[in-house]
Amino acid sequence: MIEARGLTKRYGDKLAVDGLTFTVQPGMVTGFLGPNGAGKSTTMRMILGLDAPTSGSVTVNGRPYREHAAPLHEAGALLDARSVHPGRSAYHHLLALAQTCGVRRSRVDEVVEAVGLGGAARRRAGAFSLGMGQRLGIAAALLGDPRTVILDEPVNGLDTEGIRWIRSLLRELAAEGRTVFVSSHLMSEMALTAQHLIIIGKGRLIADTGMDEFIAGAAPSLVRVRSTDLAALETLLRSRDVAVSGADDGALAVSGLSTDQVGRLAGAAGITLLELTAQQASLEEAFIELTRDAVEFRAPTTRGASS
Amino acid sequence: MTATRPTAPARPTGPAAQRVTQARVVRSEWTKLRTLPSTAWSLLAAVALIVGFGALYCLVRVTRPPSDPAAAAAFDPTAVSLSGVQVAQLAVGILGVLLVAGEYATGTIRVSLTAVPRRLPVLWGKAVVFGLTALVLCLPAVLAAFLVGQSILSAEQLDSRLSDPGVARAVLGSALLLSAGGLLGLALGALLRSTAWAVAGLFGVLFGPQLLTGLLPATWSDRIYPYLPGPAGVAVTAVRPDPATLAPWNGFAVFCLYIAVGLAVAAWQLRRRDV
Repeated sequence: MIEARGLTKRYGDKLAVDGLTFTVQPGMVTGFLGPNGAGKSTTMRMILGLDAPTSGSVTVNGRPYREHAAPLHEAGALLDARSVHPGRSAYHHLLALAQTCGVRRSRVDEVVEAVGLGGAARRRAGAFSLGMGQRLGIAAALLGDPRTVILDEPVNGLDTEGIRWIRSLLRELAAEGRTVFVSSHLMSEMALTAQHLIIIGKGRLIADTGMDEFIAGAAPSLVRVRSTDLAALETLLRSRDVAVSGADDGALAVSGLSTDQVGRLAGAAGITLLELTAQQASLEEAFIELTRDAVEFRAPTTRGASS
Repeated sequence: MTATRPTAPARPTGPAAQRVTQARVVRSEWTKLRTLPSTAWSLLAAVALIVGFGALYCLVRVTRPPSDPAAAAAFDPTAVSLSGVQVAQLAVGILGVLLVAGEYATGTIRVSLTAVPRRLPVLWGKAVVFGLTALVLCLPAVLAAFLVGQSILSAEQLDSRLSDPGVARAVLGSALLLSAGGLLGLALGALLRSTAWAVAGLFGVLFGPQLLTGLLPATWSDRIYPYLPGPAGVAVTAVRPDPATLAPWNGFAVFCLYIAVGLAVAAWQLRRRDV
């Protein structure tokens, strides 16, 4: 469990993180979303005690991370896949990390296998691709069998197979009852993995919501309709207070009605329809819309709906 | 590269077993030191400098022995055979810088401090491991430089023996000075976090103050000079104490005091600064 209370970080006159209050619950994957520069990495560094908050506080499993006697067992983190000395082998990087808290050597072999690094672990980390670096970073995060897992943009640089692997790993870690906190700037990625979302923009909390609620609230459906007599159809719909807008290819976009309702209305009026399609605004668009106006959101909201 | 079972194996050890202790961090830092090929090469280069430079200088001096009694009286065979120490001191000091500043340059420091969030054990661990490693490597190297050098100088009966007054202390002191210089570099690396700045700082601390005291009136500079880091440290390596410097062990103690202050400030910074 991660609990942030009024977490704030100021760099000079720039407010990187501005009064964030949220709780990351165990047993599910929580996505931490925001555009680049929204303050995600800064927040994660404060969670891990690397950066001191200007004000506010954050705890991991009930205590500031620094105060834990067995830190790697409390939280395992991947902040930056390139945070490895290029001259050292992946195995020795992990071994040195394991030795700080008495983790067995065999556990290093276990995590190397678990992330699929295998034989590459004996090679210099400087020769690794970004994807292999990510796997090494995840191996380091899992080393202490942590109760809380914190990963900053873990899918960066991974191939399709690696991305699929990360998704199932995150879900599995959450199913084991761990707290899983994963940042991304891609809504589509989170939609497939996370059960809960914390969205920030310009350092402020925009939404703290379940994934299902976000999908329902943030992506209003539209019905695209074409007809031999668009003008008559538009007049008909407007007469019933339905919001209608014209698309440039000679179609109408109808909101607030289902395809069934539009079809029945047109049929009753004897209007011939050429096309009747339900369109879901993509989550990515909803997310971009939501974060574009980040600065206008003054107070933390619990709903992810944008209008 | 294929992914295997996407899960972490079941809990192998409890949280109590995974406590961070200073001893464990020392072990971790030892692993870090020995698994970086560049560190091993730098240390070997320092050893080669100590022995090679000393031998070379002895070969030069043996072909041109002191010509008159005054020059013969001033001739210090131990110092000649240990002339590589001054060069090696910079090499070891720069390696000390790299051990910390290199972690900042590569970002490894964030991984290290996430594993040891109390932070200070990392600094102490590095200091203990590097200080001892440097001493263990430099002591035999200095001894070898002395023995090789004296055997070269013996061709002209210019050699001294380890049992001569002050010689054993100068040999041991040279090894201690090298190790301490490494710690000075380490403290500067931790303090300044940048390799370039810390190396500049190392040169500055070892050589800068002497240059500045030259600008002061002689009565002042004579009084200050022995307490400057460079002259204070070197005092322990002189067979015949230089009247301009402190007594050998006093000088070394002053040098160690500078390092202790440097490490203390570095520790204070490490506790409070973001990484």
